[in-house]
Amino acid sequence: MIRLEHVHRIFQVGEQKVHALNDLMLDIGQGEYLSIMGPSGSGKSTLLNILGILDRSTSGRYLLDGMDVTSLTDDQQAHTRREKIGFVFQFFHLVPRLTARQNIELPLVLAGVPPAKRKALSGRVLQAVGLEARARHRPEELSGGQRQRIAIARATIMEPAVLLADEPTGNLDRASGKEVVHILEHLNRKGIMLIIVTHDPEIGGRARRQIHLVDGRITSDISG
Amino acid sequence: MRPGDVLRFSLGALQGNRVRTMLMLLAMSIGVAAVVILTAVGEGARLFVVNEFASLGTNLLIVLPGRAETAGAGPSTFIGETPRDLTIRDALALARHPAVRRIAPINIGEVHVSWRQREREVPVIGSTSELLAIRHWKMARGRFLPPGDPELAAPLCVIGSKVRKELFGPHPASGEMISIGDRRCRVIGIMGSEGRSIGLDVEELVILPVASAQMLFNTNTLFRILVEAKSRETISQVKTHILSTIRERHQGEEDVTVITQDAVLATFDRIFRALTLTVAGVAGISLGVAGILTMNVMLIAVSQRTAEIGLFKALGAHRRQVLILILTEAGVLSLIGAFLGLAVGIIGSWVIGRIYPALTVGTPWWAIAAALSVAIATGLTFSVLPARRAARLDPVQALSRK
Repeated sequence: MIRLEHVHRIFQVGEQKVHALNDLMLDIGQGEYLSIMGPSGSGKSTLLNILGILDRSTSGRYLLDGMDVTSLTDDQQAHTRREKIGFVFQFFHLVPRLTARQNIELPLVLAGVPPAKRKALSGRVLQAVGLEARARHRPEELSGGQRQRIAIARATIMEPAVLLADEPTGNLDRASGKEVVHILEHLNRKGIMLIIVTHDPEIGGRARRQIHLVDGRITSDISG
Repeated sequence: MRPGDVLRFSLGALQGNRVRTMLMLLAMSIGVAAVVILTAVGEGARLFVVNEFASLGTNLLIVLPGRAETAGAGPSTFIGETPRDLTIRDALALARHPAVRRIAPINIGEVHVSWRQREREVPVIGSTSELLAIRHWKMARGRFLPPGDPELAAPLCVIGSKVRKELFGPHPASGEMISIGDRRCRVIGIMGSEGRSIGLDVEELVILPVASAQMLFNTNTLFRILVEAKSRETISQVKTHILSTIRERHQGEEDVTVITQDAVLATFDRIFRALTLTVAGVAGISLGVAGILTMNVMLIAVSQRTAEIGLFKALGAHRRQVLILILTEAGVLSLIGAFLGLAVGIIGSWVIGRIYPALTVGTPWWAIAAALSVAIATGLTFSVLPARRAARLDPVQALSRK
């Protein structure tokens, strides 16, 4: 499903070149539950951005569903992102002036789905995260945990194959963090590929497959 | 994205930042209102002048005694020649041409007019029955000077409505004898209150047969002769006829000046049109300023919403979608601003029209169309840069900023 071949990502910081990812090889199968851990600066977020096609690798190949993503144009990448990948961010990234339902429907709006169909789809994912009653609330009226659940609903509304979560519990208290992880795991059990980037060993340790990154290289790849 | 969604989203974004929205609306509407009001006033001034001249009559030629020389020291300077006067006979001679519809000799002066104990000094005009038609005047009551031999000094007069009110008050004026200077005449008609032309208000006039006026002023000359041509095309033909007739009658001297009203009118028309365009241009600059303000505000908006735009790209928005979203926002703003400005401008012109009723204040349609389209065009043009910047945002960087 996902295959990285000799992926390098080099940033130019002033005079210096920073090797964020160094000759990365990675295969992830459909429906896997994977956590990426490592100290800060190890390249976790860079890897996630490349997997999410938000960033391009400096060299190497990225095959998603057998398609070489690196050779796509910007708009084709945007299209692939919309259809195949869902993002969950540490800081939720909800649009403050939109209601929960409107936030969830954003990917559908961008895809040009008619309103009636949007409403049916958003109703279903709202139910899945247990927030039907909050559909008309704005983000500021919701707790952190609720906001993240709205963000998850938004990430899954296009029924993507891959769900990428960048420190999804980093901004939450323990209880709501746990709740969020349970929702993500529930989605994974229904078949979505779940990739969580975290430096919290407790969260990362729950994944069936755990990858450790240090200085842009995979130091361990444990399947439990 | 569906157009309805784009629009709804832009309106939502505008509501989300009221201060910014109000600021841009203000700039846009001031620009448009300035164009509308200034062109309205300019156009009003032009129409005012055109109407003043039109009220003199149509296809009119004015014959003045004396030659307007611009050549400095001509032969007459040394000979000491004075121009020959215009007479009633000259005027009658001018009428003898197929292209001339009517003529009216004119004499003018200020004279004491009295009825019983009331006395007033008013401008008195001596002319013939044709004057009424030439100047497009209307009678309020009674009749105008009767046609007949202009050289007969009939003791008749027509008075303006204001003169009537001041001399007679509540008493009926028709048929009464009034004193004009050392002469007496019978009031046969009262002028309507409509009709104004440069310097003369019909309401304040007393009109006598030209021969009576000449006796009153103790002269046998004319102040000027009005000649009405049958059509616009024959004006130059009539002018030639006037000059040759006068030359014949004045022993070869072309000692009159003929002004064609159309020429004067056309000149004023051109001057005022140029003025209006200048004023509109100045107002256009304020629209340009509004455009630049739009650009700044949109740039700020884009950088304020970096995270949101980054999110959109992460959710799969194409560059073009981001571009369209930002442009729609600017377009909607400009449109609302332009229409607000139009409303303010129209109300403003109306108020000015109320304050100066003599001005027929009306914004020409071309100014409205131009103001609206320039406002929307500047709003959009100046938003292309911010919109492109937004479309090019790198989602990773946009999202990492918090």
